[in-house]
Amino acid sequence: MKIVVIGNGMVSYKFCEKLVKKAGRLSAEVVVFGDESIPAYDRVHLSEYFEEQSAERLLMSPASWYEEQGISLRTGEMVTAIDRENQCVHTHKGHTESYDTLILATGSSAFVPKIEGMEKRGVFVYRKIEDLDQIISFGKNIRRAAVLGGGLLGLEAAKALLDMNLETQVIEFADRLMPRQLDVEGATLLKDKITDLGIEVLLSKNTQKIDGNGKLDQLHFTDGSSLQTDMLVISCGITPRIELAAGAGLETGRRGGFVVNEKMQTNDPKIYAIGEAASFNEMVYGLVAPGYEMADIVVDQLLGDETAVFDGADMSTKLKLIGVDVGSFGDAVGETPDCIPISFTDRIKGTYKRINISSDGKTLLGGILVGDADDYNMLHQFYKNGVALPPDPEDLILGARDGGSSSLGSIASLPVTSQICSCENVTKGQIEDAVKVDGIESVAEVVKCTKAGTGCGACKAMVADIVNDTMSSMGKVVRKVLCEHFDYTRQELFDLVKVTGIQTYDEFLDQYGSGDGCEVCKPALASIFASVYNDLITKQDTIQDTNDRFLANIQKGGSYSVVPRIPGGEITPDKLIVIGQVAKDYELYTKITGGQRIDLFGARIEDLPDIWERLINAGFESGHAYGKSLRTVKSCVGSTWCRYGLHDSVSFAISVENRYKGLRAPHKLKGAVSGCRRECAEAQGKDFGIIATEIGWNLYVGGNGGANPVHAKLLAGDIDEATVISYLDRFLMFYIKTAEPLNRTSVWLSKLDGGMDYLKSVIVEDSLGIGDQLEAEMQQLIDVYKCEWTEVVNNPELRKKFTHFSNRLVGDPNMKFDQMRGQKVPANWG
Amino acid sequence: MKYETVSTEEVVVWEKVAEVSEFPINGGLAFYYKGLQVAVFNFSRRGEWYATQNLCPHKKQMILSRGMIGSENGVPKVACPFHKKTFSLETGQNLNGSECGLATYPVRIEEGAVWVGFKE
Repeated sequence: MKIVVIGNGMVSYKFCEKLVKKAGRLSAEVVVFGDESIPAYDRVHLSEYFEEQSAERLLMSPASWYEEQGISLRTGEMVTAIDRENQCVHTHKGHTESYDTLILATGSSAFVPKIEGMEKRGVFVYRKIEDLDQIISFGKNIRRAAVLGGGLLGLEAAKALLDMNLETQVIEFADRLMPRQLDVEGATLLKDKITDLGIEVLLSKNTQKIDGNGKLDQLHFTDGSSLQTDMLVISCGITPRIELAAGAGLETGRRGGFVVNEKMQTNDPKIYAIGEAASFNEMVYGLVAPGYEMADIVVDQLLGDETAVFDGADMSTKLKLIGVDVGSFGDAVGETPDCIPISFTDRIKGTYKRINISSDGKTLLGGILVGDADDYNMLHQFYKNGVALPPDPEDLILGARDGGSSSLGSIASLPVTSQICSCENVTKGQIEDAVKVDGIESVAEVVKCTKAGTGCGACKAMVADIVNDTMSSMGKVVRKVLCEHFDYTRQELFDLVKVTGIQTYDEFLDQYGSGDGCEVCKPALASIFASVYNDLITKQDTIQDTNDRFLANIQKGGSYSVVPRIPGGEITPDKLIVIGQVAKDYELYTKITGGQRIDLFGARIEDLPDIWERLINAGFESGHAYGKSLRTVKSCVGSTWCRYGLHDSVSFAISVENRYKGLRAPHKLKGAVSGCRRECAEAQGKDFGIIATEIGWNLYVGGNGGANPVHAKLLAGDIDEATVISYLDRFLMFYIKTAEPLNRTSVWLSKLDGGMDYLKSVIVEDSLGIGDQLEAEMQQLIDVYKCEWTEVVNNPELRKKFTHFSNRLVGDPNMKFDQMRGQKVPANWG
Repeated sequence: MKYETVSTEEVVVWEKVAEVSEFPINGGLAFYYKGLQVAVFNFSRRGEWYATQNLCPHKKQMILSRGMIGSENGVPKVACPFHKKTFSLETGQNLNGSECGLATYPVRIEEGAVWVGFKE
């Protein structure tokens, strides 16, 4: 069989990919024509091209992929005619190619409205990489730009223009942005956020004329107003490319597109159409997911599975648009007769949520989320599967307000037919079967076998929940065991190390594990050994993560960064000069960190011991920035200088940082001390935070910044310094002993049965009677602390380990640096 | 030269990497040969030696010799320090998916030294 594919966009690529995957080794001959000069690229992420003009980064697969699969890819060659009688196509180069099956994946072109003056210089469409090249080049010499069209793509284009430092306007014909997906309230919120970024939004503007002498300089609207601009980017939607239809006698739809049946066949059963070029039930689907589904169906049809049919697709969408989360699904704006909308706006947080309920209150018809789309996945499932709504449907967007957990309920309530991964079209049932039928017991393996979560990744957490739920339902205990080599949880391993006194990984693996270990259990046990014995980690260097192994933080390009400890952020001018001199001598990039210290980047591995020798001679110690260990205790100015300060926060921060320096834990630890409740040290955003009160200190625990910021909670109030230290000893040791690997204190606390009340009872009231023991264990770790870098600098054997090559004295010749703002930076990586 | 798997039968040149004693226990060293960087691993726990390209195929970094070694269902593997992608030390296969794998090279221990085989 010979298959000819016309068009080489995302859907065309997906067709080839699925064909190769499902058919195994290809017996068919496949020829793909694309009229652009490069192979298929990711148009969904087109705006990324503005950041880095690399078409290669956007490619779905390089041309070599087609070659390896035995597919003949002919880019830069346009098909000009289809001869159905002789079953062949003709190209503009005069070539003829016969086919048994023809796939039309011609996609679409930008829809350009008929406006007078459209031909002027400075008017561009936003569709292909070529268009972007022209926009970028034209944009270099102008000041202002406007985008015609306030839909998804238009807004993306506007953000790109803004990033080119152009004064940017968005012009929308409707009375709101994204009129297909959002209602007025949601669109207004989105508009406010976009305006805050510096993009001006003009609504209800019907463009009548584009004015200018050769090059545009003004737009006129029907309401009599006008807009001065130097460039106009058109983003008003798409037009399916059906130029080949007329000559070949193929039927087309009213909105364009080749008319197809449920098998994606045109009126000639040998010719299929997929993606944006297809018109199914008078609908053209301008999203990539339905296109992929069509590609999949045609592959199944060709392989003889006649049951694979298309029955329309869901146009729901969730995306991050210019930094704003937007979700829209089903009947978003409430067009269903008698439907009941429920909405909630929080102008302070900048969020809007709306759901539309059927008139009988039983089903969810659709909805809109702006500013916070976390509930999208669950709401979308309710909608798609017609799951019965809770008695108070408003709980869906407001959350249950009686203190219970979210009313979205557990994933267990979803039917097995619910689609969990929309990129790869995987249902809940398929995930369950992977566990039940195939006997797979790990999330990673389920992902590998079902492909769920391998696309955009948004559903990964749901996949993990389904796997765990399914295993629980089968009576399998879901134990959070470390990995295939140890059938124990971290807490059990910690206790085993403590009880047995074993100090080396290999001995422990022999007695309690199996196999040869891996990159999960080695560093986890290394951390446990360090937390139990605080012995030098360089003694077992190859079980450490690379940062701990080389006592520095690996960066892009394979160089390392160096962070000397600056307790409490206090440093003398002399020490500052040493850091500056070392940075100059070794050509290091310097940057102030968030933890009030200085990071020196770009050190070659072989220079690390020399750099540290200089720092240590000047009185510095390791900052442990490379370890899952105490980082910094940040401080504000404190009462020595500050007119508001109640106590000396700097001195206290320095003594706390020196107390716990080098302490290794399941994850990094950060602390802070503020001298008054103005909280300049941001102590409530740390694993432990200490804030001065009139009569003492308040101690907060369990906070962090990062991806999911959490406020620390009050553990004890108005206590003296000695009590702060005693509670901190207990709290940190309790965390170190019981947390899972790589859980920050906030995550650990959220999983702790009984939560904060239980923690208070253990630490403050000593309900378990382990307070003294925890303090003694901490004191022992503090007593044996040694600066790791001082040990290495003074030990020639250890120094020898800091080398790139076994057989050359020089360093890695492949390491490359660029310059930026007068300092070196690593060359960008693959 | 390119990174290309070499089988023992194809070896034309055996190049000395270092003395066995210079290697870390259960760890690797990088080695420079005619413009190539090769990572050589002393898998002491299994009493085995492996060599692969030092270049990570994902971000094109010269780094794998600093990776942690271990096993997955008995297959010896190395984890890239940057993003923890793992590769079979026996075949070079990417164990996290179907993406690019590593070229592997034969290793020989003779007279207390470690030797790696090349085609040229």
